[in-house]
Amino acid sequence: MSTRNEPTVRIQKIKKDTIKTRLIIFGALALILLLCSVFCEHLTPYDPYLQDLKNAKAPPSLEHLFGTDRYGRDMLSRVIVGSKTSIFSTLLLVGIVTVLGTMVGVFCGWHGKWIDTVLMRISDMFLAFPGLVFAMAVAGVLGGGLQNAIIALVAISWPKYARIARSQTLAQKETPYLKAARLSGSGTWKIIFKHILPNIVGPILVTSMLDIGTMMMELAGLSFLGLGAKPPTAEWGSMMSDARSLLSSVPWVTLAPGFAIFISVMIFNLLGDTIRDYADPKSRGR
Amino acid sequence: MEPVLKVENLTKVFTRKGQPDYTAVNHISFEMSPGECLGLIGESGSGKTTVVNMITRLLDSTEGRILLGGEDITRLSGKGLRKAYREMQMVFQTPTDSFDPRCTLGDGIGESLRNNGWSRKAAKDEVVRLLEVCGLSADFAGRYPHQVSGGQCQRAAIARALAIRPKLLICDEATSSLDVTIQQEIIDLLNELRWTKGSDLSILFICHDIALVQQFCEYVLVMYKGDIVEQGTPGEIIQDPRDPYTKRLIASIL
Repeated sequence: MSTRNEPTVRIQKIKKDTIKTRLIIFGALALILLLCSVFCEHLTPYDPYLQDLKNAKAPPSLEHLFGTDRYGRDMLSRVIVGSKTSIFSTLLLVGIVTVLGTMVGVFCGWHGKWIDTVLMRISDMFLAFPGLVFAMAVAGVLGGGLQNAIIALVAISWPKYARIARSQTLAQKETPYLKAARLSGSGTWKIIFKHILPNIVGPILVTSMLDIGTMMMELAGLSFLGLGAKPPTAEWGSMMSDARSLLSSVPWVTLAPGFAIFISVMIFNLLGDTIRDYADPKSRGR
Repeated sequence: MEPVLKVENLTKVFTRKGQPDYTAVNHISFEMSPGECLGLIGESGSGKTTVVNMITRLLDSTEGRILLGGEDITRLSGKGLRKAYREMQMVFQTPTDSFDPRCTLGDGIGESLRNNGWSRKAAKDEVVRLLEVCGLSADFAGRYPHQVSGGQCQRAAIARALAIRPKLLICDEATSSLDVTIQQEIIDLLNELRWTKGSDLSILFICHDIALVQQFCEYVLVMYKGDIVEQGTPGEIIQDPRDPYTKRLIASIL
């Protein structure tokens, strides 16, 4: 019996160990990105906004690792400073969407009846439109700017979280311990904050971690289309858009922020995947 | 003496779109006097749990009245209902699931005390006392539901139900998911609690095992397809069953 089980146990253990290692590696990488964006002013070799027309469109060299753009601004510095806008707006956006969506979902699931029906039909409406197109429309109506781009993306992203939170709340509502809590005389707020939220927060957090990468791209996408951050603010999406006419002659100006988006989206996606695996008790092999 | 619980004409009809109405509980009436232990037996789907859910107001009744200590609780909600819960508590069928996996057993047991204005310290001491009454040591207060066995968890659930000293304790198949020896322990514990001096705890004992009901209850109601088909003392029912279902039930254990 025990000899038959041993290999599975070992495999599970190895699996558990790799998940932990992955968690540490990607967590550390994400932390480095975050620290980089917090201390970006101190990390730049040059002033990201200083124009030096004599040195414009210089290819990558030891002095300017990522080259310079058409105004002679150092691309490396601009990419580093851009991380502040890009990463912080993304985290803010994901934070708002998660909290707002969860609030709506828990409320619908708990209250039920007509309010649930109305809010869920509204969320169906939002889900029926192609996301980014709808975000462009909203951002366009509100006028550009990073703040409005965030509002637009919040508007298209909340239904997903509301749906998850609602279904989780409905499942929680039927559990015996929630009935026991009601019999204990706990009021609605106490039940929601003490019993429902701690039990549903896992899947919601995993979803939002997985969404960081997507949101970062969508935000950069809106900026690229001129509906997000406005030049000369260093933001990866708008930097790419700024240089797109020069793509064939000075490709590094587009490639540098593109590469930055690629790297950070990948890091956050991998971190999200790992957290999902880690949170799934089956893959933890207990 | 005023009955602890009086149920009049209680009915539950489930309506679903495109399907015929389903009457889960059909005009049942019964009452319980203080200190009485009433058994409610019937096969699965006979409406036992629906009756209990209506009495505890976890489910709204379609028709009929529920009087708890003379007060009509049929349509109570919010604060009034929370007050009614001080008189009535419940032990669930699945012990482990009846505790929040993210809270300790102590938190679960003390929740009703805290909700009724006990201080953190007083509630904590009372939880330890309750655990001891139910045969568990004080360190169970700090454990999580998945760290204890089913029988221990059910003891904790009884401790929780008794915390605010209710007059009525409802056991919905409280022993069904436990093995036979542990079942007996839980029955012994409930018996002990009933006969503690000064206690006038009434117990509504829902069960599908007539042998357990026989050694524990003074009076028995037999439910079949939403109706009470037979009632009497366990002795009467076992010796002289009249209803076909009861006859089958008794034949099955003999």
